[in-house]
Amino acid sequence: MRHIISLLLENESGALSRAANLFSARGYNIEALSVAPTNDDSVSRMTLVTSGTDDVIEQITKQLNKLVDVIRLVDLTESSHIEREMMLLKVKLPDSNAAAHLAQLTKIFRGTIIDASGSTYTVEVTGNGKKLDAFLDNMSANEIVEVVRSGPLGIGRGERALHI
Amino acid sequence: MQLSGGDILVQCLKAEGVELVFGYPGGSVLHIYDAFFKQQDENLRHILVRHEQGATHAADGYARATGKPGVVLVTSGPGATNAVTGIATAHMDSIPLVVITGQVPSPVIGSDAFQEVDATGITRPCCKHNFLVKRPEDIALTIKKAFYLATTGRPGPVVIDITKDATDPKVLVEFEYPKTIELRSYKPPEAGHSGQIQKALDLLVNAKRPMVYTGGGVILGNGSEELTKLVRNLGYPITSTLMGLGAYPGSDRQFLGMLGMHGTYESNMAMHECDALLAIGARFDDRVTGTIPEFCPYAKIVHIDIDPSSISKNVRVDVPIVGNVKSVLTEMLKLLPKTSKKIDKKSLDNWWQQIEEWRKVDCLRYDRNSDKIKPQYVIETLQGLLTDEAYITSDVGQHQMWAAQYYKFNKPNHWINSGGLGTMGFGMPAALGVKLAKPEDEVICITGEASIQMCIQELSTATQYRLPIKVVNLNNGYMGMVRQWQEFFYEGRYAMSYFDALPDFVKLAEAYGHIGMRIEKSADVEGALKEALAHKDRLVFMDFMTDPAANVYPMIMAGKGHNEMHLAPADRELA
Repeated sequence: MRHIISLLLENESGALSRAANLFSARGYNIEALSVAPTNDDSVSRMTLVTSGTDDVIEQITKQLNKLVDVIRLVDLTESSHIEREMMLLKVKLPDSNAAAHLAQLTKIFRGTIIDASGSTYTVEVTGNGKKLDAFLDNMSANEIVEVVRSGPLGIGRGERALHI
Repeated sequence: MQLSGGDILVQCLKAEGVELVFGYPGGSVLHIYDAFFKQQDENLRHILVRHEQGATHAADGYARATGKPGVVLVTSGPGATNAVTGIATAHMDSIPLVVITGQVPSPVIGSDAFQEVDATGITRPCCKHNFLVKRPEDIALTIKKAFYLATTGRPGPVVIDITKDATDPKVLVEFEYPKTIELRSYKPPEAGHSGQIQKALDLLVNAKRPMVYTGGGVILGNGSEELTKLVRNLGYPITSTLMGLGAYPGSDRQFLGMLGMHGTYESNMAMHECDALLAIGARFDDRVTGTIPEFCPYAKIVHIDIDPSSISKNVRVDVPIVGNVKSVLTEMLKLLPKTSKKIDKKSLDNWWQQIEEWRKVDCLRYDRNSDKIKPQYVIETLQGLLTDEAYITSDVGQHQMWAAQYYKFNKPNHWINSGGLGTMGFGMPAALGVKLAKPEDEVICITGEASIQMCIQELSTATQYRLPIKVVNLNNGYMGMVRQWQEFFYEGRYAMSYFDALPDFVKLAEAYGHIGMRIEKSADVEGALKEALAHKDRLVFMDFMTDPAANVYPMIMAGKGHNEMHLAPADRELA
């Protein structure tokens, strides 16, 4: 099963690689990983998406918790949570019809066209992974020049919070 | 007080009560060595090894014998990479080490400078934690953290990589050693959950065929005394992993011997048939469990461990207890008399009767009347000449298994070997570390002609510091365990397991300034051991020419369960 795990890490050199290394060293799946500092400079927040049986996920969370740099950890999948992923998509379109279609599609997906240079357009779309997949399904493969996805970010619903 | 980084480092080691540093100098640590030279006194000695691997193993041996952290100091590049095997060895067996590696000056990091290697990157997966220090101001706090991390919770090696400019004698900074340390991201567990402990006791007391299985965690957690009391109060049979030997007295009737791949018949059968298992400070390693689906098929399992990630990692357990072994066992001892249900004496008697039947199989029998030197006989004879105070180190292979099977360890911290990583070359440098810590006690390294050659250069360290350890070399001309597997699983094709050339170990020992002895007849074994032990102030290297056909039995083959052991066949010649 797919799990999305959030961690608060000491913002120190080696912390990111320590967490990421664990996955290759112990043979766990890692589908996406994103990390950035938080409002507290000394803390980074990492979000990672992995999959495995319940036993494997239990080991992943225990092994991550064991890392000296990991301050706190939550498996968001265990309860109600929100996920968001951002995608930047660059397309090259043959004519103005295709451009109009892109504008319409972007509106439907509540995205934004953030750059247009000649026949090349860059679109920003945010949502859960499936929504981004659906957007891509609407584009023809020979139009797509570049796809950048941030990997999912997650946060618990309501009062559940991951903080120090 | 204003001090240089190098002086601060030495001051910190003194503040931590470090007595011995095992190391080898080089470019990146010259400032530190100079500080050492100036500040050296009888409370803080530096031991110069001959290879950085030897430094880590010697510090490791010191740590295993004393329970105190071992300290290592090596230079950058090859100094650090040579130390890696020893760091990984300590990591697998959860041994507290603080390993200081020099690093090239911070401005040239990343430029592929002379003797530059990414030491923190290389050691990251094989140590408990590591640090890169680039400023003298950060040295004291980092060392405080390192000792704290190495020795608390599940212990392990901590590596500190220090750039050369951070120890520059011309750069002085304010120094004060922190008295206490707290890390928000690291809170080692202490007491176990009382409810879980009571649940565990209820389960154990209700059992008809109970079994206790303990590992190195009991020794590391200093829980030997409590374990012995608890097991005696319960009257239950107990077995141990390779790493746990000595935590419970090996000569006691309740002790069934080691379990696992080369465990005793009675231990493995009792594991297979038990209906309740108390696992303490053990990690259900593959050499212990055999094939997982066949592991303890009838048992409810209680597992006490300080590391939550050890629990239900390989085998799902029924009652997990996360906590310090000593504290959990103390609470168990307190709660046991108050537990409402009492142990069913009749079932326990029946269980013991069954165990005694298994014992009668006499799975460790061998031909004691052989003219050839049986390695088992050397070990049994050796124990007869020593007290329980003697420390035994070993290398890795057949001799290690024979030592574990035939030597009855009655005290914790006295059996010192590389269990998890299985590092050949560990035994002799480890013995040197032990001898430095315990100069009054006998220290014996049981080894083989293959393992000993992997760190043989440390015989020179033994000369320099006059360390009169005794080396028992069980020389069968083969990498014995490799040969045994080739005999069993490769139809006797002995690929690269035979040494066509071996040194004359007697002359080699003499060349290093020691006494060498060669023993070729079984009848001479006892006399030779006595003679060697009589040399109180000399290192004696005993080269025993042992039966090359000897195999380690019992043996559980890969993919088999505890009840499917192979026992020793009748004596035979090696084809």
